Amino acid sequence: MPRRFIILLKVLVWALCLSPVSLLVWKATHDELGANPLSEITFSTGHWTLYLLLITLAISPLRKLSGLNWLIRFRRMVGLFAFFYGCLHLMTYLWFDKFFDIHEIVKDVYKRPFITAGFTAWCLMAPLAFTSTAASIRRLGGKRWQNLHRLIYGSAIAGVVHFWWLVKRDLTRPEIMAGILAALLAFRIVDRIASRKPAPALKSVPTS
Amino acid sequence: MLIKKAADIPSSEITPKSLYLDRRKFISGATIFGAALATGACEMARPSQTVEANTKLSTVKSSFSTDEKLTPLKDISNYNNFYEFSVDKYGPADLARNFKTSPWKVQVTGAVAQKKTYDLDELMKLASLEERIYRMRCVEGWSMVIPWVGFPLSKLIDQVQPTSKAKYVAFTSVYRPSEMPGQRSNVLDWPYTEGLRMDEAMNPLTLLTFGMYGETLPNQDGAPVRIVVPWKYGFKGIKSIVKIDFVGHEPATAWNKAAPNEYGFYSNVNPNVDHPRWSQATERRIGEFLKRKTLMFNGYGDQVASLYSGMDLKKYF
Repeated sequence: MPRRFIILLKVLVWALCLSPVSLLVWKATHDELGANPLSEITFSTGHWTLYLLLITLAISPLRKLSGLNWLIRFRRMVGLFAFFYGCLHLMTYLWFDKFFDIHEIVKDVYKRPFITAGFTAWCLMAPLAFTSTAASIRRLGGKRWQNLHRLIYGSAIAGVVHFWWLVKRDLTRPEIMAGILAALLAFRIVDRIASRKPAPALKSVPTS
Repeated sequence: MLIKKAADIPSSEITPKSLYLDRRKFISGATIFGAALATGACEMARPSQTVEANTKLSTVKSSFSTDEKLTPLKDISNYNNFYEFSVDKYGPADLARNFKTSPWKVQVTGAVAQKKTYDLDELMKLASLEERIYRMRCVEGWSMVIPWVGFPLSKLIDQVQPTSKAKYVAFTSVYRPSEMPGQRSNVLDWPYTEGLRMDEAMNPLTLLTFGMYGETLPNQDGAPVRIVVPWKYGFKGIKSIVKIDFVGHEPATAWNKAAPNEYGFYSNVNPNVDHPRWSQATERRIGEFLKRKTLMFNGYGDQVASLYSGMDLKKYF
């Protein structure tokens, strides 16, 4: 893939990843966030965290299935944007919902399972964001870095559980997300098993 | 008291409501389209600003009204939990547009001396309509201040003369999946049902409601007739009622059937009894940035606390 094409595509993906937050800002400044703007911001940033996490997790399987190796060069960017929306989402909660009342926040994280799950998802994402540079990979060593970054599976699972547990009644959206996540994780398991034992060499079957 | 204000501009200069609504629809449609393009159509521009034309109602004022700042009509009529149309709060304003509220009949039946099916017009004339400005607290943690129009449910109950067997009142909403797209999925067990204990139903705060903001109810707010029980969470205020049944046992209610551990029969607003998944101690008043402390019985304790004396409100949530 030509370098120029990759750069162009990266700019495009950047802009796309920024469009949800741009839209929120535009709506906020044009009184288009509806009756309950803070809830709108919370939902939107939360949804986009999950969408981008799932897209990040889809990159490796897509690469393997399609053979398009350059896809991997977008994984870090999309993953960092997932973390970016995760931070915005956490911030709306800490600020607009709890107004930084530490006592209330601790109580909430402890008492409300869906908050516990959401907070866990963010905590598992944070170390990945902080070790996302090439220098970190060198410092940690490829194997250790890779092991650390498997935390994304836990983060995505906790994120979907967080969404599932907060919905009042209609579970369609969390169900779709859980389905996609399950497929992405199943692909990895199958891929692992398939690559562990190479296809057994055909033995000649004795004919009696 | 009927307050008539002289019009500032001749009516000939006013843009007909249908026209400006169409224009708004076009603008919001264009916004949605643009937004969908920008975000890969995953997130829709949700708020459309719909205010339907409704019939004016003349009302008398009520001493039960609060003097708090009213929530704008635009918010009350665009932010609706009305699952018969959509589980998305911004859905009902558009989806309820073609809902037919006329003709409308309400069947009053069960343990009463005077069983009767009322035409809506007849029902509305049973007592003088009052404007009641009530706080409305949703179980999800937000609240509004709404100028309802209606009369106490007790006026109807007096008319039909319940017998001694009537211990509860069971309400049923209309079931019309052809006009209510939400009823085509089984998010709740349709039709929606609700209930009140007899003394709750007779409480002067309990309002048989036909309008708000001095006009008949917008479709998305429960037209043509609904219940408002201001000391209980909003979902107890059943909408688009077709049947009122006086019964001897506690009736099944829609949300209680859906999640019995989360939504009790009583569902009184209570900052000390949390929803199993979230706190009920605070609420966000629509239009405000800071959150407020939720009041016991939504601030109507003086009128209703005695109904529950001796009851464990943690058990009977």
